[in-house]
Amino acid sequence: MTYVVRRLSFFVVTLWACITMNFLIPRLMPGNPALDMMARYQGRISPVAYKALEVAFGLQTHQSLPAAYVSYLGNLFTGDLGTSLTFFPDSVESVIASALPWTLGLVGLTTILAFILGTVVGMIGAWRRGGKLDSLLPPIFIITSAFPYFWIALLAILVFSINLHWFPLGFGYSNGAHETLTWGFVGDVLRHAILPALTILVTSIGGWILTMRNNMITTLSEDYVSMARAKGLSPGRIMIDYAGRNAILPNLTGFAMSLGFVVSGAVLVEYVFSYPGVGYMLLEAVDNGDYALMQSLFLLITIAVLVAVLILDFVTFAIDPRIRTQS
Amino acid sequence: MTVSVAAAPAGGRLSSGALRNLAQAIRGNRKATVGAALLLLFILIAIFPGVIARDNPSADIYARALNPSFKHLLGTTALGQDIFAQVIYGTRQSLIIAIVAGLLATALSVLIGVTAGYAGGLVDNVLSLVTDIFLVIPTFPLIIVIAAYTKNAGDWVLIAVLVATGWSYGARQLRVQTQSLRNRDFLVAAHLRGERNGRIIVFEILPNMTSLLVANFLGAALYAVLAAAGLQFVGLGNPDIQSWGTMLYWAQNNEALQAGMPLWAIVPGVCLALLGAAFALLNYAFDEMSNPALRPVRRKRGR
Repeated sequence: MTYVVRRLSFFVVTLWACITMNFLIPRLMPGNPALDMMARYQGRISPVAYKALEVAFGLQTHQSLPAAYVSYLGNLFTGDLGTSLTFFPDSVESVIASALPWTLGLVGLTTILAFILGTVVGMIGAWRRGGKLDSLLPPIFIITSAFPYFWIALLAILVFSINLHWFPLGFGYSNGAHETLTWGFVGDVLRHAILPALTILVTSIGGWILTMRNNMITTLSEDYVSMARAKGLSPGRIMIDYAGRNAILPNLTGFAMSLGFVVSGAVLVEYVFSYPGVGYMLLEAVDNGDYALMQSLFLLITIAVLVAVLILDFVTFAIDPRIRTQS
Repeated sequence: MTVSVAAAPAGGRLSSGALRNLAQAIRGNRKATVGAALLLLFILIAIFPGVIARDNPSADIYARALNPSFKHLLGTTALGQDIFAQVIYGTRQSLIIAIVAGLLATALSVLIGVTAGYAGGLVDNVLSLVTDIFLVIPTFPLIIVIAAYTKNAGDWVLIAVLVATGWSYGARQLRVQTQSLRNRDFLVAAHLRGERNGRIIVFEILPNMTSLLVANFLGAALYAVLAAAGLQFVGLGNPDIQSWGTMLYWAQNNEALQAGMPLWAIVPGVCLALLGAAFALLNYAFDEMSNPALRPVRRKRGR
């Protein structure tokens, strides 16, 4: 069980580090965010709300840093994240709750799809080393992996929305559509999701193809693969059960490690498409000087990535017998 | 252990020999040749922008939203500036940020990764934990948060943020590489000769990781280009400087795509993509060099 304990404690330590960072950043930066917000939203902030802001940003001069840290943690664990000023008078929690499903649906699904597709293509590419797929795809994806996500998004809009009129310009659903579970609305949502999803897919799949291909090449030269060949097993079985199954393990770790990058790119994709998810909300909050919402969204994005990493750790545990016997 | 002294790779002769090897390696690999040529082109443009573009990039003196013509190769912006001149003059800022942030991030990776791998024990545990934490934190949202507080704070703040968020991946790789070198005979020999740790790291370990160091720099530079451009694109950079990211910001703000000035947004994006591709191609080529198993197969498989 040591592996599970180790990964769980890493999760806890990282979570603590992120919360602390979230606490320290506004305090270390120049300026006074609470006063800033006060000035910007003159008259709309009640004295009570201002007090809450001061706690959130640590501007109470009578409170020492450790004491402020304790009250900050207290607020966090009771789920009190303050009031959003961009979407006044909604609380930060309700704003986040409305944005989260959009991002989970778009970024979450697309990322998993990109990983699965990329892994399969990389596996087949390495299996048919030097074949058509293998000589064509890796060079293309080395280059596309260097493209800025947001620029691909701009190109997609230019070609498919403005010139061809195939897809809408942006947003999560048509203006005036009712958020009800009807076929019409679901179709509308899907139509709006296709372009941003394709953008994320195209820019993130390359990395998985390349790493899986390289892992697979290393695995294919292992003795147990030769052994499987010597036994006369069918090529498909050797590729998937022998080489692929072992090559995917480092790829899973790599997947966990690069989730942060994927999420970073997705923020910009949401921004370009005005997609009403967490990333778009984050930039809206920055634009409006809504520091309370901004800090909470950053924390939320970080926690989401950490949880995903933890889940991947458990998946690795489940499919890697070496880890299971070790512990 | 006496044999190992003779077997020690030539440490310390990093400069001329390594450079010659590097040039040879780049010529021998097609991906590396293309990447190096692209990078060289951008470096030349960054040094001599005035030779290539005659117009002043910030002068808004021309007719607005012109189509491309002989006088304005890429047309003009909605504010009446020459797009071609903006692209050419924007090269310098993007390139400087990439190279400076790339170098500093690599230096930080070396400092933390090699120290962790070489020292081992508790130092290694602590440094590895810090590295892993920085690796999983989504960096771009973090950069956004920091930039929101330090609005328009200039290039050095931007570079500092990019370095602080861009070193972890390299540190992890360098740590593993150092660990695998640590118990080799030539390092044991250096210990027995009584060399100091700092000297061993600089003259014995680092020269044996040259290709990994270069790959790290290229990766960090690529990250810096994309992150800086993304930040400028969403309006968190300094909107008054000439750079590709800033051009994209203004283009987006003026709805260049819908308003029939697509080149305003496309060309700086192409440049970013090409510069990024140059770093990525070189990076991949170095990966192939340090890992012979990945080299493309030229002959038919003899099976």
